[in-house]
Amino acid sequence: MSTTTKPVKTTGRPARSLAILALVLITLTGLAFVQSATAVRLGLDLRGGTSVTLQPRIAPGENGKVTNEAIDQAVSIIRQRVNSLGVAESEVAAQGSGTNRQIVISVPGDTGRRVVELVGQTAELRFRQVLATAASTGAADPAATPATGVSPEVNAKFAALDCTKAENLQGSGADAPTDTIVACDRAGLTKYILAPAEVLGRQISKASAGLDAQSGSAWYVSLTFNGEGTKAFGAITSRVTALAAPLNQVAIVLDGLVVSAPRINEAIPSGSAQITGSFTQLEAQDLANVLKYGALPLAFDRGEVQQVSPTLGADQLSAGLLAGGLGLGLVLLYSLLYYRGLGLVTVGSLAVAGSLVFLLFLLLGKWIGFTLTLAGIAGAIVAIGVTADSFIIYFERIRDEIREGRSLRTAVETGWSRARRTILVADFVSIIAAVLLYFFAVGGVRGFAFTLGLTTLVDLIVVFVFTKPLVTILSKMNFFASGHPLSGLSAKSTGTLPVAGEA
Amino acid sequence: MSKLSGLGGRLYRGETSIEIIGRRRRWYAVSALFILLSLGALSIQGLHLGIEFKGGSSFTVTKAGGSVEDARAAVAAAGIPGEAIVQTIGSDKVRVQTGALDTAQNNAVQDALAAKFLVAVESIDTQIVGPSWGKEITRKALYGLFGFLIVVMLYLAMAFEPKMAIAAIAAVVHDVFITVGIYALVGFDVTPATVIGFLTILGYSLYDTVVVFDKIRENTRTITASSKSTYSQATNLAVNQTLIRSMNTSLIALLPVGSILFVGAGLLGAGTLKDLSLALFIGLAVGTYSSIFIAPPVLAQLREKEPAMQALAKRVNGRGAPAGVTTPAPAHSDERRGPRNQPKRKHRK
Repeated sequence: MSTTTKPVKTTGRPARSLAILALVLITLTGLAFVQSATAVRLGLDLRGGTSVTLQPRIAPGENGKVTNEAIDQAVSIIRQRVNSLGVAESEVAAQGSGTNRQIVISVPGDTGRRVVELVGQTAELRFRQVLATAASTGAADPAATPATGVSPEVNAKFAALDCTKAENLQGSGADAPTDTIVACDRAGLTKYILAPAEVLGRQISKASAGLDAQSGSAWYVSLTFNGEGTKAFGAITSRVTALAAPLNQVAIVLDGLVVSAPRINEAIPSGSAQITGSFTQLEAQDLANVLKYGALPLAFDRGEVQQVSPTLGADQLSAGLLAGGLGLGLVLLYSLLYYRGLGLVTVGSLAVAGSLVFLLFLLLGKWIGFTLTLAGIAGAIVAIGVTADSFIIYFERIRDEIREGRSLRTAVETGWSRARRTILVADFVSIIAAVLLYFFAVGGVRGFAFTLGLTTLVDLIVVFVFTKPLVTILSKMNFFASGHPLSGLSAKSTGTLPVAGEA
Repeated sequence: MSKLSGLGGRLYRGETSIEIIGRRRRWYAVSALFILLSLGALSIQGLHLGIEFKGGSSFTVTKAGGSVEDARAAVAAAGIPGEAIVQTIGSDKVRVQTGALDTAQNNAVQDALAAKFLVAVESIDTQIVGPSWGKEITRKALYGLFGFLIVVMLYLAMAFEPKMAIAAIAAVVHDVFITVGIYALVGFDVTPATVIGFLTILGYSLYDTVVVFDKIRENTRTITASSKSTYSQATNLAVNQTLIRSMNTSLIALLPVGSILFVGAGLLGAGTLKDLSLALFIGLAVGTYSSIFIAPPVLAQLREKEPAMQALAKRVNGRGAPAGVTTPAPAHSDERRGPRNQPKRKHRK
């Protein structure tokens, strides 16, 4: 296309420009058909779904942990977890750069809460021996029996731990495996002092959900360890069996919270274990999946969660389209009223720009996964105005040149050479805005920036290869050249004084 | 319409002239007043930041006849800390906004609302923003704003003249202050969509200014070679000549934005469309004003300080041309060819 956007010094070859443009439009349409890109991919805000933005949680002094590799690994693990939901067209992608990276997960449909739980978990599973346990009643409990063989600091922390507080039940997953830790159980009822971890999540080779045949309603997760895990689990279970309560309990700790802490009655050398903990079927299945695909290399915070119901999505889509139609209609009406015949050029140019943008939306959806969001639609609507502005700048220039006393055919050319510059500079400012918005912004904002940038580029192309050549051709027509009252170029509408009577 | 076009012709030839540069003190005073009001509103009321910036949760239940009281009762039952803002949106929606909650608390609010309004949990439109995320968004918004101003200033300085870049940025800063002030004064919610709308407007306001400056530059390119008009006079003529164009481009840009605002505020009630288009609408209006009444006078003032321009002004006034800048002479006369094309001068005072 670059060959045709070269400035046309003379009258150029208007017919050729138009032919090339027609060819491009036909090619793009053909491509869209061949690639079966027949519908614009809609964002979740237009069709309903859940999107979660995860931010790496950076502990002080651990900046270096957020590497590209760690993020990529997290993306692929999260993708496996999301795929286990079986929802088509789910997406997991990293955004941003450096330490300031996020992972954005979008899942269509109303899986809502499950997705949020599933993707955010670090899923660091550990088996630790229980050293002490106490009911957590709410207030700090200084009388909690100090455990023997545990440092006074840990005992003090244990006494102070209040498991009824929400912040202690977040499941931070920041527990170092080699530390003796204090932890709450998931329900917030019991607190524990736990020995260093002896079996780790990565020593699990298989995980699956199962239903307790006896009770018929209790779901559990069964685990199979690898060789290393089998040995370690055998060792811890045989060691604690003979000890007095609570030392004969082994806590199963997920992300820093105790899921269950069963009493071990005999050594388990078989390399398999079960996690019970009053799970529902979905919870058990999700936990099994999370454990199967491994822990995330980083802990993540849920930066933003957005759930849009399909009803709201449909409403937003129709509102966006209505606003677009209304805006387009008003612009066309105004240009026809004000520019008369020339207004038809605006109508044609906007039609060409519109079809180009639409075809690009279709194809980019296939090529780079472009999705149209509500903000994107808004960007496109705003662009209608910017595009029409380019025509106005040109038309007013032509009128100025006519006021200078030039003939229409000359005015079309001299006006173009001046308007061209203004249009280029002005559109370039718009493009700077779009590019900066794209790189600085996150989430939905980027959709706006992308469509604004894309449509501004399309505007430039259309002005150069369609509007200008079309005006050149029209200027040779008697209707415009003679300044017909409806042409928009009459002496009356330019405000020129009648030239004929003056000579 | 053709009346307007005819006016365009008279403005172009300088027969009708609207005094803009000469009355700059008046425009500056008007703007200074607005900026003071804005600063006052900002310091007293501050901006109404949406949950995206502060962190928090927003739950929207679609239920015809759902009342604010029911929603309040449900939130109270969920036992979450802090004050919740509850409001109805349109005819069939109730929105609850709370401070930053954790996952369990969010689920509790959703469950309570679902039970109270007898709707499925999945049908509640939810947005949850973590507190650190809000800071991140704010930081990015500010980076975007400053990055944009700097890049555009450099670009304009290269594409035009450095002084034009300064004047254009002065106009943009003016727009920023007044738009932010209006938001503080009226108490509109500021969301990321508002910020995007806002940055777009900065781009658009500059677009407008660029169009005017392009004409000014054309009119003043050879100005020191003759003694027909001072820089201010030539600038005033350029602004008049582009007046119709500015009005048209602004109006055309406002039409689609107005449609988004109408549909977004009227039909959807709240959300991205409304926030975005409201910022665009206010910004466009302010931007059009500044590209005519602020940017050119600032530019003229800057340029008039140059010795060459002062000498020019002395020559022009010395030739006995009317004092002041009330009757600018067309600065493009050297482009005319042939007697037939001589402009009519009989209308001039």
